[in-house]
Amino acid sequence: MAFEYEKYIRKGTLPHIWCPGCGHGIVMKSLLRAIEGLKLDKNDIAVISGIGCASRLPGYLDMNTLHTTHGRALAFATGIKLANPKLKVIVVSGDGDASAIGGNHLIHAARRNIDITLLIFNNSIYGMTGGQVAPTTPIGAYASTMTYGNIDPPFDIVRLVEGAGATFVARTTSYHTAQTEQLIKQAMTHKGFAVVDIIDACPTYFGRKNAPKEAYDMMQVQKDNSIPLQIAQKKKPEELQGKIITGIFVKKEMPEYTDTYYNTIIPKAMGSK
Amino acid sequence: MGKKALLLSGNESCVEGALYAGLQFYAGYPITPSSEIAEGLSRKLPKYGGVMIQMEDEIASMGAIIGASLAGKKSMTATSGPGFSLKQENFGFACFNEVPCVLVNVMRGGPSTGAPTGPSQGDVMQARWGTHGDHPVVAIAPNSVPEILTETVRSFNISEKYRVPVILLLDEIIAHMRERVILPEKGELEVIDRLKPTVPPDQYKPFDISNTPMPLVPPMAAYGTGYRFHVTGLNHRTDGFPTNNGELIEKELLRIMQKMAMYKKNMLKHEEYMLDDAEIGIVAYGSTSRAAKYAVNVLRSEGIKAGMLRYITIWPFEEEAVEKLAEKVKFIVVPELNLGQLILEVERCARGKASVYGVNRVNIEIIHPHEIIEKVKELLHGIRV
Ligand SMILES: Cc1ncc(C[n+]2csc(CCOP(=O)(O)OP(=O)(O)O)c2C)c(N)n1
Ligand code: SF4
Ligand SMILES: [Mg+2]
Repeated sequence: MAFEYEKYIRKGTLPHIWCPGCGHGIVMKSLLRAIEGLKLDKNDIAVISGIGCASRLPGYLDMNTLHTTHGRALAFATGIKLANPKLKVIVVSGDGDASAIGGNHLIHAARRNIDITLLIFNNSIYGMTGGQVAPTTPIGAYASTMTYGNIDPPFDIVRLVEGAGATFVARTTSYHTAQTEQLIKQAMTHKGFAVVDIIDACPTYFGRKNAPKEAYDMMQVQKDNSIPLQIAQKKKPEELQGKIITGIFVKKEMPEYTDTYYNTIIPKAMGSK
Repeated sequence: MGKKALLLSGNESCVEGALYAGLQFYAGYPITPSSEIAEGLSRKLPKYGGVMIQMEDEIASMGAIIGASLAGKKSMTATSGPGFSLKQENFGFACFNEVPCVLVNVMRGGPSTGAPTGPSQGDVMQARWGTHGDHPVVAIAPNSVPEILTETVRSFNISEKYRVPVILLLDEIIAHMRERVILPEKGELEVIDRLKPTVPPDQYKPFDISNTPMPLVPPMAAYGTGYRFHVTGLNHRTDGFPTNNGELIEKELLRIMQKMAMYKKNMLKHEEYMLDDAEIGIVAYGSTSRAAKYAVNVLRSEGIKAGMLRYITIWPFEEEAVEKLAEKVKFIVVPELNLGQLILEVERCARGKASVYGVNRVNIEIIHPHEIIEKVKELLHGIRV
């Protein structure tokens, strides 16, 4: 039987705002299959976003949803998680939302290892505002604010959050729908700050000034350029130029923030004068 | 009696007030002269089972308290000048989405980094208009350490009852000064909690006012309680979802503003001191009102009939109080630790019926009573400065 996405979609909220060929909708479907696979109750899931095309996602989901300010989703989510630890908290961010304006919150959520799953819809561009350069845009790529080609070196999101202390870090692409579903599932079952960097496509704006231009071809690139981590580890750095390394980069157990707060701070405070 | 009298600073008094009001979530970022609030809550809030977290900055602190409030907890943050500026975007989100929360701003000398330990009342207009767009806001400015406690409780009550963020405007003087405070016993002060929805979850709309016992105030569900609702900073309909329909956009914003107008009288508070037979009016607030009161006493002892109108709720501004005052006094003096902010409202409401004069200072020193007294005497003798 076909998967019943309707079960998780709010009535009357479709059609969504995304352009034809945009990867965001494909990733949303992977997320819903992951949620179904985990047999979670919709009442126990909170989905929070910032601002951008990707950040419009929570509005479509029949869950506890919050569309905040640009870059700040993790801050709001931290308040929600600490206020109600039983909620499964998912943050949906664009690459600009998460790593430019939200970069400070990103590294600090990682440092705290708070039990939040962050999905970064990484299309290497600011989609919503019309194709400006993002901290993830490759060097040399064109953007409406990098008329002569980008000179700002991009972040490697995986290495960034690993360095900041995230305890689950993975990468996949919007093309790899089964892997995306699996990685989101693992991220959500991981206790701690879990990040999935999902390489995604914005044909409308990244495609406008760069090759390939069409959604189909951009998907093809995601497919052809991806290398699983295990294979990549056996290759030389020059062989990995321009490749998308996919898989789980970090998975480790560390004290989780909410847990530590409720199980050590509160008892300590209550026991003191 | 059995009541506990304590010698507290204003910031400590704010902590006691917040705990009394039922604070459950605090997020902040250190900044002088507000840090003692965070420090006090670090020690005390977890004893009540609540959460205190130091976030990475003020933007995050403001976001976190909104998130916690949407998850059903009474929430607060505290800051000062530069941090107050940083909070403005997310504060506007709370105003627009009617998220109850209390933002304490201990005013210090500005602009910019200004004078971290210098007193100021420079953020009066920022409290009203700091975030972009038309929006509702409440700002309350106590003038003593014990009053900080009771006004903190009142801030939470207004915020929860009417679903409006409240700014508690302290200043460096009353925040750091110590005075005797008698802690109220349980039940002595009213503590109000937000309205919860009575409709079943599938009928709940976060901004719907058709099923509310309090006209224009939509009941508020919490995340994780079976009410699955959406909140966005985009213009939204009563069901919380974004809309581009101009009519609906205007209707919703007007509803929020009408709510404020409807309950304004319940949010207002002022003190009148020797106003009955006053011929000279002094309008003051916060720490400066203490110098003003002293000035009134001295002027009275010299046979000059001065009186003081002290605003405790600054925003919304109680126009009628100044209108009434302007009818009967020769002139009004407004001492402020800024270059003239609330005076603009006083002038507006006096409608030319009484002339309005400022006594202003930005040299990070308090306004002394004699400055107000001299100003009054100068004006009485027709010497304009
Ligand atoms: C404070 C603030 N600054 C700027 C903007 C404008 N803005 C909206 S979305 C966006 C970038 C979105 O890019 P990204 O996060 O990568 O998401 P995408 O649209 O690509 O999915 C910007 C700059 C804003 N809404 N708020
Ligand atoms: S502009 Fe780009 S990111 Fe936004 S919806 Fe269109 S394709 Fe997707
Ligand atoms: Mg993007």
